[in-house]
Order: sequence, then C-alpha cells, then structure tokens
Amino acid sequence: MKSEHEITDMHLDVLKEIGNIGAAHAATSLSQLLSKKIEMHVPKVSLVSFDEMFDLAGGAERIVAGIYLKIQGDLSGSMFFVLPIDSANQFIRRLIGNEEFDFYKTPIPEMGISAMQELGNILSGSYLSALSDFTGLKVHPTVPSLSVDMVGAIVSFGLIEVSHYSDEVIVIDTRIEEQGTNGNSSVDGHFFLLPDPESYITIFRSLGVL
Amino acid sequence: MNVAHAPHSLRTSGLGSCVGVVLYDETKKIAGLLHVMLPDSSLGRSDRLNAAKFADTGIYSLMEMLKAEGVRPLSLKAKIAGGSQMFQFGSSDTIRIGPRNVEAVKQELARLSIPIIAEDTGGSSGRTIEFDPMTCALRIRTVNLGTKEI
Repeated sequence: MKSEHEITDMHLDVLKEIGNIGAAHAATSLSQLLSKKIEMHVPKVSLVSFDEMFDLAGGAERIVAGIYLKIQGDLSGSMFFVLPIDSANQFIRRLIGNEEFDFYKTPIPEMGISAMQELGNILSGSYLSALSDFTGLKVHPTVPSLSVDMVGAIVSFGLIEVSHYSDEVIVIDTRIEEQGTNGNSSVDGHFFLLPDPESYITIFRSLGVL
Repeated sequence: MNVAHAPHSLRTSGLGSCVGVVLYDETKKIAGLLHVMLPDSSLGRSDRLNAAKFADTGIYSLMEMLKAEGVRPLSLKAKIAGGSQMFQFGSSDTIRIGPRNVEAVKQELARLSIPIIAEDTGGSSGRTIEFDPMTCALRIRTVNLGTKEI
C-alpha cells in the first residue's frame, strides 16, 4: 500500500473523521437500544503491526465476544465490535430480559447468540450508513457472525486479507464506554474498522484528498 | 519466529486460523516456533513481506535458523496446532484459510522430510500454545475445551 501512495497525517485524519461519524451513529443506536448513555471516545487511527492490533483490544489472549462482518460494495474491509464478556453479558441480559444469561456457559443459548448478532447488525448498519452518507460510497455489511474466544484468534481473521499486502494494518479504533455507578466502566468495547488496502485510495478519492 | 534452548519455552497466544509450527530436536533440547498466517508465499502481493508468515518460506527459514544452532535437519521433528475456522462466512478463500494453512504446513514438512509427531488442528476454537524443549510437550489451551498436552 505504501508503494503506490504515501499515507500522510492528513489521510489518517480523514479516516479518523470517518470513524468519528460512523461510531457516533452506532453509539447513539446502542444508547437507544439500552436506554443508557454510552460514551464514545475520539477515534484513534493508526498504522500498527498485527501484534499491536491485538493489544488495542486488550491482548491476544483476552477472552471477548467479537462480532465480525465484512464490508462490501464500493469499499471492502472488515469490521469488528469487540466486547469483554462481562459487558456482553450485561448487554444481552438487558436486551432479552434474562438475568441468568451468561456467555461463559457452554453451549451459549441460541437466544443470546442471535441477540448479539442483531446488536452487531444494528450497530454496523448505523456505522456504515453514516460512512456511506459522508463519502457518497455504497457500502453494505454481510450478516454478522459471533465468536466468543481469544482476541487474537478472532481479530486475526480480519487481518488475513491485509496480510497479503502488508505486515501492518490501518485500524480505525473507537472505544465506547458507559460509566457505572461505582465509577468503573460497566461497558467497555471497541469498534474496529479495517479497510482492505485497495480501499484506502477509494476512500481518499471520494473525499477529495488524493 | 523464535528459537529456544531448554529450560526456556516457546509460546504464542491467540491462534485462530493461523497455525503454530514447532520444530524440535529431542536430544539437543532445542526448538523453534513459527506462526503461519498464510499458506503460500506466492499469495504475497508485495516483495517486502515478512517470510515468517507463510507456510513455505516460514518453515524453511525456521529450519535454517535451527541449522545455524547446530541442529541436523534429519533429527528434526514437528508438532503443529491451530488452523481453526473461527467464523462461518466470508469469501470462500478466507473462510477456508485455517484448513488451507494446515494442508500447506503438512505439505512443506513432508517436502523437507520432517515427521509430524502430534497435531491439534481444525475446529472452531482459538488456541494458545506453549512448547517445552526439555519434555518436548506441546501444551494447548482453549477457552471452551480446557488445556491439553500433545
């Protein structure tokens, strides 16, 4: 990717804006779903090694509920919504009204899996439609898929496409958080948007920075 | 890609579709670990990529690294783990990347006449693996299936 066009700070700022708009819409959807205020941090956009990518999500071995979907259309890439198990449990308990629900139990009850996938659907839909409005590009997500496992195992799946081109990846990382009553954050998740390298140029062109 | 002498061990965490390949020499108590991400270096679309992430170039480089430590290629043995299918959709190429990595690793090991002593591959779980060159045991930890040694 670096061979054709150099990625400058301005380019990274453009991607940050995309993360900002996308995640703001997704966070609003999430707030409405849960009737709670969800805080969103300013997105971080960085060019990182694969190991550093895992560290952004808490380390390769951390156990998370990860929703993965592919982006198709004018842009291609991967999107992840990663939640620590405790946060995912809280979400799903609230959504399906069952306090007993637990992602640590195996097999995970179908109800929880489909609620989590639906959550992924709604959030990615709002993220991507905002991105689409902003860039004028047509993008649509695939059906989301859920995996409860180690961060490294989950996120590396989205790095396969990139790894054909590079040993590094541009990640648009937006952290979302909900302040709990005891001062600890009760929800602490990440949206990761990983555009495929051939899509960088499409994004920059659509916004007139190339 | 790393090489260790006993009593040090080798470890890689959060393997999904990637395959961890351990090459070891039982008598010299030396082992090397490789983290294979893609089956074949011809898939690389840039010539500056890290050779260690492909099955073919990676296994070969690891063998060369062990040779530099005084290991004879004929005394090398292999244990492999990983190559799972974490998600059930994607482009047909990407979805089968785990099994394809496993096939490519086996093919390359066969080409180099390195016998596979044990393997734990496939499935749909992430794995963290640790190899002890002293005992030659490969310890595999998963989230839902517990820990085992092969």
